[in-house]
Amino acid sequence: MIRFDAVSKNYPNGTTAVDDLSLELAEGGITVLVGPSGCGKTTTLRMVNRMVEPTAGTVSLRGRDIRDVAAPELRRGIGYVIQHAGLFPHRTVLDNIATVPLLLGWGRKKARARAAELLELVGLPAGMAKRYPYQLSGGQQQRVGVARALGADPPVLLMDEPFSAVDPIVRAELQTELIRLQKELRKTIVFVTHDIDEAIKLGDNIAVFRTGGRLAQFDSPERLLADPADDFVAGFVGQDRGIRRLSFVDAAELPLREGRVLSAATPVARARAVDEPWVLVVDGDRRPLGWAAVGGLPDEGTLADAVLAPLGHTFSLAGDSARAALDAALLSPSRLAVGVDAQGKVVGVADAYELSAATSGPEKDGPSTSAAPSGEVGKQGPPVHEAGEKR
Amino acid sequence: MRDGEPLVRWAWIGDHVDELAHYTGVHLRLGLLPVLLGLLISIPLGILCHRWRWAYPPTLTAANILYSIPSLALFMIFVRYTGLTERTVMIPLTLYTLSVLIPNVVDGLAAVPDPVRQAATAMGFSTVRRVVQVELPIAVPVVVAGVRVAAVSSISLVAVGQLIGQGGLGYYITRGLQLDFPTPIITATVLIMLLALVTDALLVLAQRLLTPWARGKGAAA
Amino acid sequence: MNGFLNQLSLVGDWLTSSQQWHGPDGIPHRLLEHLTYSGLSLLFAALIGLSLGLLVGHTGRGAFAVASVANLARAVPTFGLVVLVVTLAGLSTAPVLVALTALAVPPILINTFEGIRGVDPDARDAARGMGMTGWEVLLKAEVPMALPLILLGLRVAAIQVVATATVAAYPGLGGLGRFIVDGLARNDYELVIGGSAVVVLLALVVQAVFTALRRVVVSPGLRAPASGP
Repeated sequence: MIRFDAVSKNYPNGTTAVDDLSLELAEGGITVLVGPSGCGKTTTLRMVNRMVEPTAGTVSLRGRDIRDVAAPELRRGIGYVIQHAGLFPHRTVLDNIATVPLLLGWGRKKARARAAELLELVGLPAGMAKRYPYQLSGGQQQRVGVARALGADPPVLLMDEPFSAVDPIVRAELQTELIRLQKELRKTIVFVTHDIDEAIKLGDNIAVFRTGGRLAQFDSPERLLADPADDFVAGFVGQDRGIRRLSFVDAAELPLREGRVLSAATPVARARAVDEPWVLVVDGDRRPLGWAAVGGLPDEGTLADAVLAPLGHTFSLAGDSARAALDAALLSPSRLAVGVDAQGKVVGVADAYELSAATSGPEKDGPSTSAAPSGEVGKQGPPVHEAGEKR
Repeated sequence: MRDGEPLVRWAWIGDHVDELAHYTGVHLRLGLLPVLLGLLISIPLGILCHRWRWAYPPTLTAANILYSIPSLALFMIFVRYTGLTERTVMIPLTLYTLSVLIPNVVDGLAAVPDPVRQAATAMGFSTVRRVVQVELPIAVPVVVAGVRVAAVSSISLVAVGQLIGQGGLGYYITRGLQLDFPTPIITATVLIMLLALVTDALLVLAQRLLTPWARGKGAAA
Repeated sequence: MNGFLNQLSLVGDWLTSSQQWHGPDGIPHRLLEHLTYSGLSLLFAALIGLSLGLLVGHTGRGAFAVASVANLARAVPTFGLVVLVVTLAGLSTAPVLVALTALAVPPILINTFEGIRGVDPDARDAARGMGMTGWEVLLKAEVPMALPLILLGLRVAAIQVVATATVAAYPGLGGLGRFIVDGLARNDYELVIGGSAVVVLLALVVQAVFTALRRVVVSPGLRAPASGP
């Protein structure tokens, strides 16, 4: 729906911000533009709402060349969120959100009603409506920024490093919130970031740019991690891309073993017979109680008499990724991850080595790497269009 | 001063209340109308200087040179054209305000955070609309700071206009000198100070009401 | 425009006639008087304003009092003050100096104070961290960084003093204002406009001197575009 056709942006001083870019962004998905500083990702974004005019090529929105529309009119139909929110300090939160509806001539009452609706949508209490931006925290300002961008319910949302000025905890919250919103709203979102983790978390598709404004790869996050187009992309995606790929493997597909899971009523002798250093003790409903070190078991009695080490984290087979499982394994005293079902009942355990097998590439015989993209919220299938550099 | 003359003869003030009130009104008009006019000139000039930075240094230099011309001399130069009228006092006073107001309009506009300007553009504000609805309101605190300085100095300068017969309360200053009688001089001087301080306080109040959003820690991004 | 050219030629005639260049009523004598009033007042005002401004700015104590006094002083009509002082104390140079000094202190004081207080706290911190004493911090870090504002204060004060010294002629003192006041009294427009021209020239020279001073004294690293009157 947003289409770049052989678009370039050169500046009079000779620098090239974007070089011969052809790209088609899917409707209703999040496309992340990612790359190092000066790679042209922001310029690309800003060409969509004509904040930057290309020197060559055309940008079209739903099949229409954006130059056919007067810039202010075009912009009123495209939401725009930037790093420092850019809220109007002289307007209340509510009036900030109502800005675009008012520009479109909605009338004050209707615009404010819409703004109140949006305030709730982005998860802010109605009591904040009358506040001024300086009275909000950075994260709250950014939520207002998102609400303001959604003012006139635009089909397209441009987001330029919107979360990079807030602390990591708030950033994670905002990211989760965006995924939730997107599930509800299904906007076409173009999202610029320099943070590959953010790109992988949010993107349905990711366009990696290299310095000089060249598109290096355009792919789904899974494929980007599994099969980087070249050394630049591999380097940018990072040495730990293997672990990142675990995010795309469903925990449900992991190989789990049940032999080490024993109920509290089990006699000590039977636990010794398992011949493993650690066993997981569960109650009658198979809910996990803790770890028992076999070497430290009492001479007789049942596992209920044993001193248990804390359980640590568990991972859920209904929704978590393999990355959460690996995390749980590494943090557990037994180095084993406990998988539970939706009801919290233990299904089985796996060790870090078994889990890491899931990271190996498709050419190897991993347990689940051939899996389709995981069912993460807001995720879609592969890119509509494989964009390469026209030569 | 004559021997035995008290510093202030209160009876004189009591006898002249109506006349004092009249001259106070004239004084306010002579002092504040130039500030208003100066503001009307400075806002468009400031916007132009903000938009085309190269125009700023020459504009500012011109305003500073105007400011450095003594009021008495400037009054005399304008007497030729506008006679011994109120306009002859108000034109120079208007010109003086420019050296304070133009830089404050420019600084105020420059203080608008760039993300705010970007956001406004991206939301589809036209340039004119953006300046009027977003940038100027945000510049208000800085502009008002300039208006306060301009208003106070303008009110105190009006008195010099008495040398061409248009000085508002300055009338009592020359009158007192001619009669060797300090009461009117002190009364007028104190009244002028009060006018300046009250005007200043009212401007502070007006700004509080106009910009509730700046009350906390100033403009936020 | 025609009127303006007329004024110019009037000024030219007046300036070139030889009687303006001799005697107690000549330009050199009046200019000397004017410069004496202005120079001395400015010197006193600088001594008071700079030391107080540095003190308050460096220690941070008494800031509110300084701001209030300066605000109050700005509201004082100098014309009224000069006339009042002359009426009360008689006609001599001393009362004029008092009035002009009172006029010049506030801009110097407030700009010095603001300049010192506005120094980047990180830079001040760094200066202290390098082992500078309080005096060294003031003289080697704060003053050089505050210099643009301090000079601005001195310039504003100088221009106001030079301009206001004209007013001193009204109650009967000397200086360049004499030409204007006497011209008005005698209905001699040539004298009025000629005297005004000399005053304007002097004001421009003062302005130019401070612009030059700024070039020489202020570090190029601090030379932001000038602003303020």
